[in-house]
Amino acid sequence: MDLSYPKEYEDFRLEVRQFLKEHGDKSRNVGEEMGRPTQKLKDWQNLLIERGYACRTIPKEYGGYGAKPDILHNVIITEEFNRTQIRRGISGQGISMLVPTLLELGTEEQKQKLIKPTITGEIVWCQGYSEPNAGSDLASLQTKAHVEGDYFVINGQKIWTSSAHFSDMMFVLVRTEPDAPKHRGISYLLLSMDTPGIEVRPLVTMTGKAEFNETFFTDVKVKTDQIVGKRGEGWMVANATLKHERGMIGDPAQLDALLVKLIELMKDETVNGARLMDNPIHRDRLLKLQARVESAKLHSLRILSNSLQQSFEMLPLLIIKLNGTHLSHDINAMGIDMLGELGVLYEDSPYLRSKGTWQFRYMFSIGLIIGGGTSQIQKNIISERGLGMPREPKPQPSAANS
Amino acid sequence: MEFGLSDEQKLLDQTIKKFVEKEVPLERVRELAADRQSFDATIWNGLNELGLFGIMIPEEYGGAGLRLLDAIVVQEHLGRQVVPAPFLSTAILAPVALLKGGSEEQKDTWLPKIAAGEVRVAVGVSDVVERRESSGITLKDKKLSGKSVFVIDGQNADLLLLAVGGNNLAIVDKKAAGVSINELTTVDKTRGVVEVVLDGVEAELLGKEGQAEQAISQVIDCARVALAADSLGACHVMLDKAVAYSLERKQFKRVIGSFQAVKHMCAEMAAQIEPCRALVWYAAHAYDELPDEAPLMACHAKAHVADVGQFVSVTATQVFGGMGFTDLVGLHYWFKRIGLNRQLLGGPETVRQRAAELQGWV
Ligand SMILES: Cc1cc2nc3c(=O)[nH]c(=O)nc-3n(C[C@H](O)[C@H](O)[C@H](O)COP(=O)(O)OP(=O)(O)OC[C@H]3O[C@@H](n4cnc5c(N)ncnc54)[C@H](O)[C@@H]3O)c2cc1C
Repeated sequence: MDLSYPKEYEDFRLEVRQFLKEHGDKSRNVGEEMGRPTQKLKDWQNLLIERGYACRTIPKEYGGYGAKPDILHNVIITEEFNRTQIRRGISGQGISMLVPTLLELGTEEQKQKLIKPTITGEIVWCQGYSEPNAGSDLASLQTKAHVEGDYFVINGQKIWTSSAHFSDMMFVLVRTEPDAPKHRGISYLLLSMDTPGIEVRPLVTMTGKAEFNETFFTDVKVKTDQIVGKRGEGWMVANATLKHERGMIGDPAQLDALLVKLIELMKDETVNGARLMDNPIHRDRLLKLQARVESAKLHSLRILSNSLQQSFEMLPLLIIKLNGTHLSHDINAMGIDMLGELGVLYEDSPYLRSKGTWQFRYMFSIGLIIGGGTSQIQKNIISERGLGMPREPKPQPSAANS
Repeated sequence: MEFGLSDEQKLLDQTIKKFVEKEVPLERVRELAADRQSFDATIWNGLNELGLFGIMIPEEYGGAGLRLLDAIVVQEHLGRQVVPAPFLSTAILAPVALLKGGSEEQKDTWLPKIAAGEVRVAVGVSDVVERRESSGITLKDKKLSGKSVFVIDGQNADLLLLAVGGNNLAIVDKKAAGVSINELTTVDKTRGVVEVVLDGVEAELLGKEGQAEQAISQVIDCARVALAADSLGACHVMLDKAVAYSLERKQFKRVIGSFQAVKHMCAEMAAQIEPCRALVWYAAHAYDELPDEAPLMACHAKAHVADVGQFVSVTATQVFGGMGFTDLVGLHYWFKRIGLNRQLLGGPETVRQRAAELQGWV
C-alpha cells in the first residue's frame, strides 16, 4: 500500500491547484448542465482543453490536448476539481461515449471531422439505441436501414433518446442485415438531426422536465460512409460505447459530493430547535451511507491501482453501476426524509429548500438505476460474467407450438 | 501509487492460504468445536513456525516487524477457514498494547515470548466500549478487583491483558492468586471467549498509571479492523460455497444457479462484498500510516462489514435451501463466526455512534 504520488505528480497537482485558483471563477454555474452548452461553458471547456484539464489524452490533431495516457494525471485533476467543488467542462453522451468509440473504432476521416467540434461543444450528440420493443433486450432492435445507392435509408422508432430535442447529431443502432442472427445484423450509424424524415417528440419525465424523447424515422437518408465499424458489427461497436457509459454512471466523486450536501443539510436544518444531526436515529442512517460512500471511493482506488499495475479483475468493475446508482438514490432519499414535510415541496413553493434539488435528484436517480442497463440486467451480468453462473435457459417451445 | 497488497503481502497471503487449507480442514474445525476447544496445539505450532505471532512485533524483540495490514492478511484467512486459533489477541492486540503502553521492561519481558509463540495472551477491553453485567475492573491500593466479560481468546491463555478503570491496562498472570476464569459458551465455538474475575489481585499496570488511554483505543481500533477482515474472509467463502452449490444442485431439471432469483442473490452478495475489500485494507493502512483517520476508518470497517456479513450469511444460507440449515455442510460455522465478530467490541450501532463522535457530530 503506497498512496503517495511521485514528486512529478505532486508538482502537477500544484499546477492544477494554481490553475483552479486563478481561473475557477470561469467555470459554469450550478444548473447549467441541462440543454446546450452556453458560450461561457464553451469558453471554459476550451480553456480546460488548452491546459490539458479536459480531453487530456485526445490527440492534438483531433482537437485534444495530446498528452500520453497516464491515469494518475486524470485522477489528480479529478481530485482537485472535487476538492474545490469547481465544476468541470462539457459532459454528455458525445464526449463521454461517442468520442472514445470513434478513437477506438472510427475512420480517420470521422475522427478528423467529428471529434474536435464534439469536445468543444459545437456538436451536441444523442444516443439512439433503445426502442419501444428493445430496451434491456437491446439486440432485438427493429429500426431498419436498407441501402439505396450511396445511402442507408432508415425507418423505425427510437425512444428514451436523452437530449434529442436539442442535439445536432445522433449515433444510432439500426438493423441493416435482417436475415443475420440478431447480434450480427446491426450497424452503428452517425446522422445529423436535421436530416429530413426525423421527428423528435419530447417525453416529459417524472421530474416534470422533458429530458428524453421519442425519435421517429421515415425514409431518413444517411450516406453509407457514416458508419462506425463495418456493416453488421454495430453490436460490438455499441458495446465499446456502453462500457464507457457504465464507467460514467458510477463515479464515486459525485457520491462524495452528494454526501457532503447531506451532512451540511443535517447540520443546518433544525426540528423543534434541534439540529437534525443531533438525532441519533438520523445520524446512524447517515453513517451507514458514509461507510458505503467511503467503500465506493476506496473501491475505485483499488480499480485504478489495478489498471496501473496492469492486473485485471472483472468482478470489481461489474458492480460499480449497480452500487453507485442505488447509493446515489439512497442518499437523495435520506435528504428528503431529513426535510420531512418540507422535503416534498417542489418547483416554486414557499419554504422550498435547495431549489427542490433533493426531490429532483431523488427522481432523476431512478432514471440512472434504469438507464444504461437496469439493476436486474446488472445482476445478470455480475452473476454470469463475474461469478460464472449460467445464463437463463431459452424457453422450450411448448407442445402446442411444435 | 499502489492501492493493494505488496508482492511480499501477496506471498504471505498465499503461504497462509496454503497452510490453513491443508492443516485446518472443516473436519478438524468440527472435531475441535465438538470438544468446545478454540485452541489446538498443531495449528498453533504451525502458525508459530510461520512466525506469525511475531508478525507485528519489531525485529529487535524477535518479531517480523510488519504492520496491521500484514496481520489482517493472515486474519482474513483465519476467517476464511474458520480457524480456531487465538491469533487476534496474541499476535495483534497484545503486541499493540505492549508497544503503545508498556514500559521498556515489560516490552523486553513479553514481546520476545509472544514472538516465539511461547505465551498466549487474552485481551479484555469490552467494558471500555460497552459495560454490561456490571463489568469493569478497579484499582485500589495496588490491587485489582472486578470482572472483565468477553475477554477475547481467553480459553487457553496464559496471560491476561485487561482494561482497568482510570485509563489503565493491567497484565495479569492467569495463575495469580485471586484470578478466576469462567468460560462463556457462544454460538461460535472457534473462538474462546471468557469472563475473568479478579479479587484483590496484585496489580501490574502497563506503563505508568492512568496513561493507557491511547493504548486502549489503539487496541480497539486494531481489533475492529481485524474482526472486519475475519468476517470479510468468512463472507467470501460463504459466497463461493453458495455459487458452487448452485452449480451442482438441480431442481426443476436445471441447476438452481440458472434461476435468476438465485443468481441475483449471489450478485447482490458479490456487489456488497467487493467494496469491503478496499475498505478493510484502507482501515488497516490508516492504522499503520494515517493515524488521524484510523479510528474512524476502523469504525466504518467494523460496522459496515458487520452489516454486509449479516446479509451474506443469511443469503448464502438460503441459497443452500434446507441443506444450509443443517450441520452437514457446516455453513453455520461461518455464519456463527460472522455473528460473533459482529458483536465483539461493539455492534454496528454502537460503533457508528463512536464514528459520529469522532467527526464531532455529537
Ligand atoms: C433517464 C433515462 C435516460 C435514458 N437515455 C437513453 C438514451 O439517451 N438513449 C437510449 O437509447 N436509451 C436511453 N434510455 C433507455 C434505457 O437504456 C432503457 O430504459 C433500459 O435499458 C431499460 O429498457 P426498457 O425501458 O425497455 O425496460 P425493459 O427492458 O422493458 O425492462 C422492464 C423491467 O424488466 C426487467 N427486465 C428486462 N429484461 C430482464 C431480464 N433479462 N432479466 C431480469 N429482468 C429483466 C428490467 O430490469 C425492468 O425492471 C434511458 C433511460 C432512462 C431511464
